[in-house]
Amino acid sequence: MTVDSATVQRRVVPARLVQDYGVYAAVAVLLLFNAAFTDNFMQLDNLRTQLVQVAPVVIVALGMALVIGTEGVDLSVGSVMALAAAVIPLYLGFGFWPAVLMALLAGAAAGLLNGSLVAFVGLQPIVATLALLVAGRGLALVVAGGQLKQIHNAELLGLGDDDVAGVPYLVLIAAVLAIIVGFVVHRTTYGRQLVAIGGNRSAAQLAGLPVKRVLIITYVVSGVLAALAGVLATARLTASDPSAIGNLFELSAITAVVVGGTPLSGGRVRVLGTVAGALLMQLLRATMIKHNLSDSTAQMTQAVIIIVAVYLARERRTR
Amino acid sequence: MTITSDPPVEAPTIHVATSERVAALLQRHGALAVLILGVIVASIVFPSFATFDNLAGVAIQSSFLIVVALGMAFVIITGGIDLSVGSMFALGGVLAAYAAKWGILPGLLLPLAVCGVIGLAQGLIIARTGLAPFIVTLAGLLGVRGLLLFITGEGSNTYLVPRDSALLDLGRGTLFGIGYPVYIALILCVLGAVLLQRTRYGQAVFAIGGGGDAAALMGLPVARIKALTYLLSGLLAGFAGALNAARLGSGVTILGVGLELDAISAVVIGGTLLTGGAGSISGTLCGVLLLGVIQNVINQIGTLTSSYQSVVSGAFLVVVVVVQTYLSRVRRLR
Repeated sequence: MTVDSATVQRRVVPARLVQDYGVYAAVAVLLLFNAAFTDNFMQLDNLRTQLVQVAPVVIVALGMALVIGTEGVDLSVGSVMALAAAVIPLYLGFGFWPAVLMALLAGAAAGLLNGSLVAFVGLQPIVATLALLVAGRGLALVVAGGQLKQIHNAELLGLGDDDVAGVPYLVLIAAVLAIIVGFVVHRTTYGRQLVAIGGNRSAAQLAGLPVKRVLIITYVVSGVLAALAGVLATARLTASDPSAIGNLFELSAITAVVVGGTPLSGGRVRVLGTVAGALLMQLLRATMIKHNLSDSTAQMTQAVIIIVAVYLARERRTR
Repeated sequence: MTITSDPPVEAPTIHVATSERVAALLQRHGALAVLILGVIVASIVFPSFATFDNLAGVAIQSSFLIVVALGMAFVIITGGIDLSVGSMFALGGVLAAYAAKWGILPGLLLPLAVCGVIGLAQGLIIARTGLAPFIVTLAGLLGVRGLLLFITGEGSNTYLVPRDSALLDLGRGTLFGIGYPVYIALILCVLGAVLLQRTRYGQAVFAIGGGGDAAALMGLPVARIKALTYLLSGLLAGFAGALNAARLGSGVTILGVGLELDAISAVVIGGTLLTGGAGSISGTLCGVLLLGVIQNVINQIGTLTSSYQSVVSGAFLVVVVVVQTYLSRVRRLR
């Protein structure tokens, strides 16, 4: 059982490299593969489509990364998207901004509920957010009267369709949010407190950090980001469809975060990795579709990739 | 209404505060109390609720979830979670319908074998690598759906159970006006309760949920017990799916989406702690029946759409968990 330290070093360093840069390398490999073997993949139009499709996942995953950084998880994001989508048509009569604001407020309220259950009641995040996953979509359907509503508001439709200098709004919003979240995590007090709480909650508590406040803010941010993704998805779809919007988004978001190298055990948030993780899953799906691989193969591959990614990102014991 | 119950086995000889005893009783039998209360209220408000036909309907609709939740209870008591059961349920149904052409035995054994192997694989990954059960079974949820699409030609084939198959009798037959699946679910519950309370395996399940490290230090085969528990959950989910296919007469690929949430809700409402180490089969049974009664009442009201059901279930889940957390705090404050 004796292991000399040199062997350990040799084994750990490449593993560490894979953990830190694996996701970027995988994205690069996929892009190169497609450039070589897939017709019309590296065209501007196709790349833009890929980015537009991945944007809502990135937005939700950013919030999820923060929550996972606190050693939590937010299962309710998909239902919150549906809730936001259901709220929009109710207030669209007052104009574009009031409708969006109300949708985001609904997301904030959902996040406040999740955060309070986690911070004050002390529930496990899985249970606290599971309740809203179950209830949220039902509530959205009740609010919407169980119906799909077409959107005719020009500003909202423009949000899903228009671009600035060739960059679609959706992509722009996702990119700006990624930069903001990255800045917040690495350069603000809140960000450091979040990481500290995720790393060791009782130590953070003893050190006098405002644990409850940080937890609540984090779940509210996740709720608002999910609601925003719901608004954007509605704009893309040109309809508010609470039974379809955000379905299984919690899985996509968690996958993006985990594949991006953020450990589920908290204490570390990788923002750029999360974006790359979302991109990787999107590119993978697109590649399989373009090469006529079936849905079943795509899903099974996704499952394997999740396991491998978590295995690589798992906490290594200090030896 | 449960004042007559005995205090728990480890009843201390020193004076036990009344508040603590009430808290313990509520935690153990709260689901049963609410279930009885719900049934009484529903019987008074809706004359059609307390009819034999309606209650038999609630029972048969709940029977499949009972079987799934039974496995989930074991997993949750070890401190884990199994998100793959909804997909396994659908897979079990499709495999049963597919294999039914060779007879009833293959129709039951094929789903059990395949779902058992997948459950065992998940369990081994969880036990050997220490990955979070949540994420491993999440991958299972996706992967099994993929497998399901694969064996049904991307969802285009629907396998039918042959009309003369004995499998149909198993799903649709009745005894004293109550469907066979109800009896099967109840028998499995009794077996499950014995397994959990009266065997070495069951005690190990509790010990691992109470603290994996401590269990390992006591010399319990933690990895083996965990793997067995996910195997059990896979088997039961697959079997429930097969039973459901026997009732429907076909293997429907889109079934079981979100079933894992219902199963987890039922287990939690039944008083099993998600942190592991405590829980009961009888509570889980009450939890499933309670969800069934809620659904039935919402159907009785008629003006409410089925969307309300998830709102009520979700709200109920929150209330139960919050009350439970509060109660366990009361019990600890001594």
